Amino acid sequence: MYRYDAYDTQLVGERVTQFRDQVRRRLDGSLSEDEFRPLRLLNGLYLQLHAYMLRVAIPYGTLSSEQMRMLAHIARRYDKGYGHFTTRQNIQFNWTRLEDAPDILADLAKVEMHAIQTSGNTIRNTTADPFAGVAAEEIEDPRIYCEIIRQWSTLHPEFSFLPRKFKIAVTGAREDRAAVRVHDIGLAIRRDNSGEVGFEVMVGGGQGRTPMIAKTIREFLPKDQLLSYLEAILRVYNLAGRRDNKYKARIKILVHELGAETFHEQVEAEWAQLRDAGPNLQAVEIARIAAFFDPPRYEEVDSASYQAKLFQDRTFADWVRTNVAPHKQDGYAIVSISLKPEGEAPGDATAAQMEAVADFAERYSLQEIRVTHEQNLVLPHVRQPDLYALWQGLRDQELATANIGLISDIIACPGLDYCGLATTRSIPVAQRISRLFANLDRQHDIGELRLKISGCINACGHHHVGHIGILGVDRKGEEYYQITLGGRADENAAIGKIIGPAFSSANIVDAVETLVTVYLERRRDHERFVDTYERVGQTPFKEALYGSR
Amino acid sequence: MVLVKNGSVAQDNWVSVTDDEMLPPGKPAIISKARWLRERCSLRRRSEALGLHLTSDDTLDDLVNALDGIALIVLEFPAFTDGRSYSTARLLRERYHFSGELRAVGQILRDQAHFMLRCGFDAFELVPNADIASWVEGLFEIAVHYQPAADARSPASDLRHR
Repeated sequence: MYRYDAYDTQLVGERVTQFRDQVRRRLDGSLSEDEFRPLRLLNGLYLQLHAYMLRVAIPYGTLSSEQMRMLAHIARRYDKGYGHFTTRQNIQFNWTRLEDAPDILADLAKVEMHAIQTSGNTIRNTTADPFAGVAAEEIEDPRIYCEIIRQWSTLHPEFSFLPRKFKIAVTGAREDRAAVRVHDIGLAIRRDNSGEVGFEVMVGGGQGRTPMIAKTIREFLPKDQLLSYLEAILRVYNLAGRRDNKYKARIKILVHELGAETFHEQVEAEWAQLRDAGPNLQAVEIARIAAFFDPPRYEEVDSASYQAKLFQDRTFADWVRTNVAPHKQDGYAIVSISLKPEGEAPGDATAAQMEAVADFAERYSLQEIRVTHEQNLVLPHVRQPDLYALWQGLRDQELATANIGLISDIIACPGLDYCGLATTRSIPVAQRISRLFANLDRQHDIGELRLKISGCINACGHHHVGHIGILGVDRKGEEYYQITLGGRADENAAIGKIIGPAFSSANIVDAVETLVTVYLERRRDHERFVDTYERVGQTPFKEALYGSR
Repeated sequence: MVLVKNGSVAQDNWVSVTDDEMLPPGKPAIISKARWLRERCSLRRRSEALGLHLTSDDTLDDLVNALDGIALIVLEFPAFTDGRSYSTARLLRERYHFSGELRAVGQILRDQAHFMLRCGFDAFELVPNADIASWVEGLFEIAVHYQPAADARSPASDLRHR
């Protein structure tokens, strides 16, 4: 993991002092709420329906056990004893008080964390493949470049007041677990014919009101040129992006209106001017950062006991089937911890659960934890013979739900229960779906099915890229839910298509069941829901939902 | 309005002139980009200093090689959320090598000042009742920088390897 040096520590410390003064000026009345708003937003503090919400950055979703303990402490001391892991691999505390915010930031700084640029029209926390560094087919660990981007983008003097927020994701593997094609910039680490490592640069993806898949504007960018190229993209966007309409201000609209080719030309022209004078790092600095992500020293592992347990304990084997992924190192495993137990709010974790995960990370995973954009946690370095004991421990904490990738592993935004923008509730719908499909055998039979729910058109619940997407819409004060099918956030990213008229809150869960029934009747061999949908098309699903008229 | 330049209150002798006004004799004047491009030949013969006022819609494309004789450029922030002038300032300093005064006007907040300073601004036009001391303090609250910009300060990535 990256560790702060004196410079990093100083910057975060100065930022806490600065924010403490800003809060003091707000509390003594020398700043109005209007004047304070842009300042608190640059520090991740939102005013929500019921309280201030503080969003803490978890850079590229990597946490140490010590950091997780601090998050638990904050949940307990300043919130109602829990936190909410988000689709940007961050954590939100929904019930904080303004006067506590500087102390929370000071506590975070003690464990090398902050809330800088977790909101506002800035470059947000860069996200990464949650299996970075441990996935078998990876070219390089994307977190090296995420950390380089984190530093470059932090308090960037030119890009702190962009037309709109700006999200970057990086993957180093062929299989895309970071949804790079639905980001403002997606970076995929590639190797060219000569064996050199660089990036495929994709721009203009996103969800929200106008979902779009990012376009590749450069097939191969040498990796040491990354920052100057990003600076060129951001400069073109900062100067030319629309500022007349908030809903047309994301870079995807600029790329769409100019056309990817013209946008590419403008970026290349800007880059030609600044690539030599720009912010590219010296090799020695890249090497310094890369060294923090060197693989740990793995042990020789005897997995016989693990193999035996798989035969002896079916419940354990079921959990392994969904929640354990292959590790690049023989004898090790990547464990996903589901934050989607039946009937709970997706992504929530109590302070006690966070502490338990920190314990497990220390005992079984070299102190390391990841947060996924699917709102789950990952222990990336577990020895196979430890899996059984870990699973038992997780079970005691209600953290062993065997549903990763299944229909109840739902992404949902906070919705009208918390959010000031939402028009409908999303958590209760997620809870009802997860109860309907509570039977794990049935879920395993249905197989991989990505269901995502947004409580309003802003699409924070990623419904556009759900195999089944659900969008809440307000109709004269009543909650309705529109279904989209066929979306995906993987390397074959696609935006789901609306299947037909929206369903009432009372009928939406039955509609999901109908879709699953059609799939089960139609599927061939090992087809997943999305494969069957792509093969048979909308019609059978539509007929089952609305009749054959 | 109060002008803060290089960290302290400064006298402002400049006069802003609209496109249909005569330039005031004997005084430094600030004119629009359009007027400058139109009347460059005659204006160059003027002995008093000239400044340009650029709105955030003004691009720099037609000012390549056209900044000779300009001593001041005023960049506007019509709203604190409109960040275009940060890029324009950097371009003026780093690409056009403009070394005159770069003045920020409009809706500029105390807590944005350090960003502006880093992008090359050296003068700020504040509302008359602004708390100047607090404002100047804001310029230097953050001393560590992660990226090179138009100021001469070295980013942490360089300092680490000295």
